[in-house]
Amino acid sequence: MNNSTPTHAIDIEVLSRGRNMRQIADETPCLQVQGLNLFYGQKQALHDIDMVIPKQRVTAYIGPSGCGKSTLLRCINRMNDLVDGVRIEGQILLDKQNIYDKSVNVADLRRRVGMVFQKPNPFPKSIYENVAYGLRLQGVKDRRTMDDVVENALKSAALWDEVKDRLHDSAFGLSGGQQQRLVIARAIAIEPEVLLLDEPASALDPISTLKIEELIYELKNKYTIVIVTHNMQQAARVSDYTAFMYMGKLIEYGDTNTLFTNPDQKQTEDYITGRYG
Amino acid sequence: MIREWFKSGNPWIWLTASAVSVSLILVFGLLLLIAARGLGHFWPATVWEYDYKNQDNSVVRLVGEVHDEEAVSAQRLREAGLAIEGDEDVTRYLLKTGNRDVLGQDFRWILEPGIQDMRKPETLLAIERREWGNLYGYLNTVQENQQTVAVGKGAWESLQQRLQRATALFAQIRALEKGEIGSINYGLERLRLRERGLELENNTDPAERESIKQERAALNAEYEGLQKQLTDLYQNINRDQIMVTVSSGETVMVPLAKIVHAYRPNAMSLLDKLGFYMAKVWEFVSDEPREANTEGGIFPAIFGTVMMVIIMSIMVVPFGVVAAVYLREYAKQGPLTQLIRIAVNNLAGVPSIVYGVFGLGFFVYFLGGNLDQLFFPEALPTPTFGTPGLMWASLTLALLTVPVVIVATEEGLSRIPKSVREGSLALGATKAETLWRTVLPMASPAIMTGLILAIARAAGEVAPLMLVGVVKLAPSLPLDGNMPFLHLDRKFMHLGFHIYDVGFQSPNVEAARPLVYATALLLVLVIVALNLTAIAIRNRLREKYRTLEN
Repeated sequence: MNNSTPTHAIDIEVLSRGRNMRQIADETPCLQVQGLNLFYGQKQALHDIDMVIPKQRVTAYIGPSGCGKSTLLRCINRMNDLVDGVRIEGQILLDKQNIYDKSVNVADLRRRVGMVFQKPNPFPKSIYENVAYGLRLQGVKDRRTMDDVVENALKSAALWDEVKDRLHDSAFGLSGGQQQRLVIARAIAIEPEVLLLDEPASALDPISTLKIEELIYELKNKYTIVIVTHNMQQAARVSDYTAFMYMGKLIEYGDTNTLFTNPDQKQTEDYITGRYG
Repeated sequence: MIREWFKSGNPWIWLTASAVSVSLILVFGLLLLIAARGLGHFWPATVWEYDYKNQDNSVVRLVGEVHDEEAVSAQRLREAGLAIEGDEDVTRYLLKTGNRDVLGQDFRWILEPGIQDMRKPETLLAIERREWGNLYGYLNTVQENQQTVAVGKGAWESLQQRLQRATALFAQIRALEKGEIGSINYGLERLRLRERGLELENNTDPAERESIKQERAALNAEYEGLQKQLTDLYQNINRDQIMVTVSSGETVMVPLAKIVHAYRPNAMSLLDKLGFYMAKVWEFVSDEPREANTEGGIFPAIFGTVMMVIIMSIMVVPFGVVAAVYLREYAKQGPLTQLIRIAVNNLAGVPSIVYGVFGLGFFVYFLGGNLDQLFFPEALPTPTFGTPGLMWASLTLALLTVPVVIVATEEGLSRIPKSVREGSLALGATKAETLWRTVLPMASPAIMTGLILAIARAAGEVAPLMLVGVVKLAPSLPLDGNMPFLHLDRKFMHLGFHIYDVGFQSPNVEAARPLVYATALLLVLVIVALNLTAIAIRNRLREKYRTLEN
């Protein structure tokens, strides 16, 4: 694996795929995916992915089911390590350091790259304890610090007003949308650099979905956000950049407006106009 | 028509429902039987007085409680050599006549046709004695220091008062002997061991020896004082006695010190009887056994059973959970883990006596023997842990039940949703942290289920215990006020073994049979209580760690 940092901030070759490279090139890169191949046993799920994810922007992955977008997302915080029989080639640089390097502590990496899953997965604890979980792992004991962090995280996740009177009730008492925002609050309580959202609104009703989308819009001022979504309107609404994936390949990647209005590739056009299949 | 009925599914409902009903009826029938047989024993039964004509036409006076009755064919009785007329069945009664010291036996059969007359005199006195079983007869006189102090009507009142005093004195003596003097003996024994320990180490430090000497002198002095108190108490309690005329006409002297209860069952009202019954039942659960376990209570057995189950639970849960966590969470799944699982499941099917043999060979002789060599050489050749005891019994049962806990815990672990684990890992938790903070708490209801099954199996187990620690009569409880309070090396009593012992090993099987039922009922109740506690804890945990069901 190549560990030397590229001379350019952005690998020009990566960007030459898309026509919208000028805009991405203007951004500060946060994550660089380089030559990523992923195999489930004999089956290859990701083919030679190269892309740059810019800092403090929202990047969306779209594509049909099974195209590998979630798999790619889970590579960024090494969640795929948990799956038996997975083999990964290539590298992902986070602040110019390969996260698949042997010297990288996976727990540390996941502290820097937070993740929110498709279904809300609060722990069977109180609302307060859910948000405090990550901090307790880091050994924070001070009550005052903890209270402040929990309050700020819940405020950032636009949940504070709804739960401030029942912080010590079970998290299971919340609605699905509230639970999902709680999980987001839990993730941002430990102040990650990157936030990965794996179809965060797919299990929610339209109003909760709207709230999550507003939240994403707020959060991008502080975090680099990568979101996987089935819903093309959602991608168009919340993201700055969009990547279209198909059969484990990155087909097209660029500015969201351009990708949706004037796609470069035939496959992209077919998919966004609904002619795919 | 019939086909339609079958298609409707009704036959299935009937079939399954009847299976459930049959099981329920069996269970309740069983409980009802042992409850009826066992609990009736404590009721103060009417004591009858019979004029009974023996086979040789001599008429005798018999006194006793009707213990059992059955119909026997005349034919059979004739074959047994009895002169019976007619062909009709003859009822015969088993009479509990008591007075074993006078009559030489306390039960006898009488035939209905031989009964000339039967009465239930109100003045008939039933005495439960500390030795020799019950005594039935008429109260003659009450004596104090061999001097008659009450006769006739006043005797009964006098007896009641004096008996109260004697019972109180007896309780004092018991407390003194078991408590203070027991402690002193325990202390002396420890001093002896300390001295022997110094001897073995070739330690001739005079200061140590002097301190032992002083402590021993102090204990001995204390003992002298208590001994004096005890002598006084004994003198006091032996002051009174009563003279009782029994059915055969003899007069028997009964010291009040030997009386547990004295009552006149025929004169008792229903309320009196109820009160007496409650007192007897309470005595049964709270007192120590007497007369080779055939009388008195079974408290040490209840205590031993509960104690053993608790210690077993404390040992089995960590073992089982740790093993299950490794198997499910860390070990690479493959043929080897599968093989281990099969082995674990088979372990649950090994007959329990085999565990008993293993426990005796490995725990008691090997482990215990070596422990003694290492840590208790001063007590040798008397073994400390190298002999059956509470710890080894609990450990053997823990071994017996560990498969159940492993299987239940594994089941629980596999049911924790992946999403929750991933949620924890995504927050930067390591696998161990995820397990400790999230997965294990969520699996705790399943662990409790395993424990419930383990308790259910362990509490009812008797066979292995006979080899590794249970005895017919333990002189002291495994938990007392002497340092270190919990004595894991002691032998203990167990309800299951008590049932076997009372029912089949006792000198007076007929008298003890109701106790077998009562003890069995109590064993069931103890197990139910232990299980209900565990179930209550599990339900609380379940409520707390309810997983998402969406």
